[in-house]
Amino acid sequence: MNPSGITGQRLVAVFLLGCVLFNYPLLSLFNTPGEILNFPLLYIYIFGAWALLIGVMAYVIEKRKD
Amino acid sequence: MLQGWVIATVSFAYLGVLFAIAYYGDKRADAGRSIIAKPTIYALSLAVYCTTWTFYGSVGRAASTGIGFLPIYLGPTLMAGLWWFVMLKIIRISKANRITSIADFVASRYGKSQMLGGLVTVIAVVGIIPYISLQLKAVSNTFTILLHYPEIIMPARAEAQPLFQDSALYIAMILAAFTILFGTRHLDATERHEGMVAAIAFESLVKLLAFLAVGAFVTFGIYNGFGDIFDRAEAVPRLKALMTVADSGTSYGNWWSLTFLSMLSIMLLPRQFQISVVENVNERHLARATWLFPLYLLLINIFVLPITLGGLLHFPDGSVDADTFVLTLPMVEHRQALALFVFIGGLSAATGMVIVETIALSTMVCNDLVMPVLLRQRWLRLHEQQDFSGVLLSIRRWAIAGILLLGYVYFRAAGEAYALVGIGLISFAAVAQFAPAIFGAIYWKGGTKNGAIAGLLAGFAVWGYTLLLPSFAKSGWLSLHFMQEGLFGAALLKPQELFGVTGLDEISHSLFWSMLANIGAYVGVSLAGRPGVVETGQATLFVDVFRRTATGEGSRVWRGSAQVADLLPLIGRFLGPERAREAFLAFAQRHGLASIDELQANAELVHYAETLLAGAIGSASARVMVASVAKEEPLGLDEVMNILDEASQVRAYSRQLEQKSRELEEATAELRAANERLKELDRMKDDFISTVSHELRTPLTSIRAFSEILFEDPAMNLAERKRFLGIITKETERLTRLINQVLDMAKLESGNAEWHPTELDMHRVIRESVETTDSLIKDKQVELVLELDEGLPPVMADHDRLIQVMLNLLSNAVKFCPPADGRVTVRLYRESDNLRVDVLDNGPGIELAEQKLIFEKFRQMGDTMTAKPQGTGLGLPISRQIIEHFGGRLWVESATGQGATFSFALPLNRSDIDNRQIKSEEKWAREF
Repeated sequence: MNPSGITGQRLVAVFLLGCVLFNYPLLSLFNTPGEILNFPLLYIYIFGAWALLIGVMAYVIEKRKD
Repeated sequence: MLQGWVIATVSFAYLGVLFAIAYYGDKRADAGRSIIAKPTIYALSLAVYCTTWTFYGSVGRAASTGIGFLPIYLGPTLMAGLWWFVMLKIIRISKANRITSIADFVASRYGKSQMLGGLVTVIAVVGIIPYISLQLKAVSNTFTILLHYPEIIMPARAEAQPLFQDSALYIAMILAAFTILFGTRHLDATERHEGMVAAIAFESLVKLLAFLAVGAFVTFGIYNGFGDIFDRAEAVPRLKALMTVADSGTSYGNWWSLTFLSMLSIMLLPRQFQISVVENVNERHLARATWLFPLYLLLINIFVLPITLGGLLHFPDGSVDADTFVLTLPMVEHRQALALFVFIGGLSAATGMVIVETIALSTMVCNDLVMPVLLRQRWLRLHEQQDFSGVLLSIRRWAIAGILLLGYVYFRAAGEAYALVGIGLISFAAVAQFAPAIFGAIYWKGGTKNGAIAGLLAGFAVWGYTLLLPSFAKSGWLSLHFMQEGLFGAALLKPQELFGVTGLDEISHSLFWSMLANIGAYVGVSLAGRPGVVETGQATLFVDVFRRTATGEGSRVWRGSAQVADLLPLIGRFLGPERAREAFLAFAQRHGLASIDELQANAELVHYAETLLAGAIGSASARVMVASVAKEEPLGLDEVMNILDEASQVRAYSRQLEQKSRELEEATAELRAANERLKELDRMKDDFISTVSHELRTPLTSIRAFSEILFEDPAMNLAERKRFLGIITKETERLTRLINQVLDMAKLESGNAEWHPTELDMHRVIRESVETTDSLIKDKQVELVLELDEGLPPVMADHDRLIQVMLNLLSNAVKFCPPADGRVTVRLYRESDNLRVDVLDNGPGIELAEQKLIFEKFRQMGDTMTAKPQGTGLGLPISRQIIEHFGGRLWVESATGQGATFSFALPLNRSDIDNRQIKSEEKWAREF
């Protein structure tokens, strides 16, 4: 693990993306009654975004070269 | 009916399994074959974050705030993204300085201050003890509920039970025994407990599986999947509200402050610090854990909302506490085994948390509270004691027992009161007070000891006033008066509306004011004063840890004199004489010395000894102990600054030097490669010239021989003369052809060849070539079969060149056909994006070893030494060059005795060819 490599910077980008996804105002867009595939909108949005973040982190880390 | 003894037996059997795992883990660690040295185990053990507060409490929280339970798990997920920098740095620093607890970390950074270590310990103990109580309460409550199976009876208040029938007491005692056995089995210089970590990882697995099992049961067993539960909940207005958060700025603010709080907690909770930093085997494990741990959190949360809604639908009257839904739902459905499994899952969550937390706290209490006091007591004559390691171990054991006892007492006192229910977040807010001091420690050299103390005190005080005291008041231990009216009746001092701030929930409110006070005091006091000598040295070591990999850096800022004869017994007193000698011997050998007797007690050795000691008793006490045997000459602050500056300048120069030498090496390597290539080219040129001259000489020799015969024998008859002249003519033709091809080859290779690419109908090209070779085919009486597909798209190529290739392949095929019943087949067809041409013969075939060689220049089939060569040996190389120029490829497939198939494929995609042309031109331009 190299703290000055590109992987760390990519992960920080994921962190920043997460901060935006899990906050006002993006959160408020999905904070309405409604359903997708029988799931409440907010529930599926948060879990979807969460899974996305984990997926991206896994990809960045497992594919790293440094 | 679940008998008490069944539950107890299963629980003990489970603890027995944990015990076995821990025992095995320790055995393997002693043998040097760690079972926890895997990133997955590391990630699983990090899940000690999920306590019963998650296992049972998430559903309870979700029942009141809906989706609002999630920030507690989203925060750690976000923080994991920063671990690459922050956590890695903390791990590096801790390993370099043998830091064994969060208190030690803070103390070490700010000048190895005993005061700071003690302060952090006190805050941690005050903040965490109620959290431990919560675990005891959860286990005891669920035990009681399970005992009444299949009836659902909410447990009475704990006070109602006499002390000796209180299951929580026994749970606390068992946990204390377990923790003592595995947390303090021996004194390790790095404070690592491999067996314990293995058990914790196993527990994380059990609690996850238990929660997923009950989640799947509720979702798919009681109801018909997620859709069904959500549909039914949708019909109840109160449940419908749980699926969104209240749409106001406040609720988003609270959402964010919870996320922020849990981001800090995942780094700063003593148990997280213990597992992620102290117990870390290899810092590279952090990489996998960065995504695996958030994945664990995601999995354990998927079913929380379905269970909550399922429970609320099932018990609409509110008779059953939502905190127990995880257990009561399987019970009400008479799933005995599942209920028992859930109980074990809850037990895992509780024991995991309690074990790690008490080990972490006991280390802190021992090293940062008890030792500093003990070492000051002259009357105990500690300096005369030979082996102190036993004392250290007993202190830790007593500390563990004491912490669990305190946890139990708080549980008895608080019972069902508010002070226990809300404690999860209150604990989080307490440890969040470490944040400024810790993050300042690793990124800001200007932070001072006084600043850290001021910040911690201010933050802790505000936390106590705005969160802890109100929680006591709500439990009825304090008069509610000061909450409603403010302290001394001053409305501005209302603990949960400090200075009139409203619109925040209590956690966000407390977090804001405590952080403001904490950061303000930390930064303010740090900037107002100047750091001391030791602080400056430590600050540089911490902040620049990635740049200071060389060992012995810490010894630069120490000057004085000491004796090995004093140091060795000192270390021996705390680590045991045997281990101390081993460590000193290792140090001697690293410096090329044969034995301890040759060691000089220089600054480096003193620093080494102090670090060794720090692993056992904490950095602050270690410094005091070493100072008691070594005479340190005090350095001035300016001197320290100079030393550090000088060191960093030297490092900068050496980095530049390294850079230069790396560049030089690269240049050398490039030069060497270029030289090799030149040599190779030179050799190839020589080979080429000698082969060409050889090839030219063969026809020349025969021409000359026959001419001489003709010249010298005028009496030769006409037939003979004609035959000789025929040979001469043929050889001359061969010579001409050879020279033409050599020139052609040279042109192709140098890139000077002229190309006239046009759209060509391959069909016609083949027909033309066949017509040209017609006479040759007839001569040899070869049967020619054409299998040409119709209607194929045109290719971009040079007409004459392609004819040249076809002629070459055809004449080769005819040449190698057997004299009788020779047969040549030409096929033309489309193969995905390529146009493919095969030329098959039924000749002797080509051996595998020769298949590559025939594409080299002047290689001919057959033995050229005995048989008369049948061609120039340039046809195939030239053909290959031509085909490759148009972006295609030319190859041969053959087996001995089964004929040979020469094939080439040309791309149909035009732009592709253009690119290839550009590329080959670029290549040409580069080479010349």
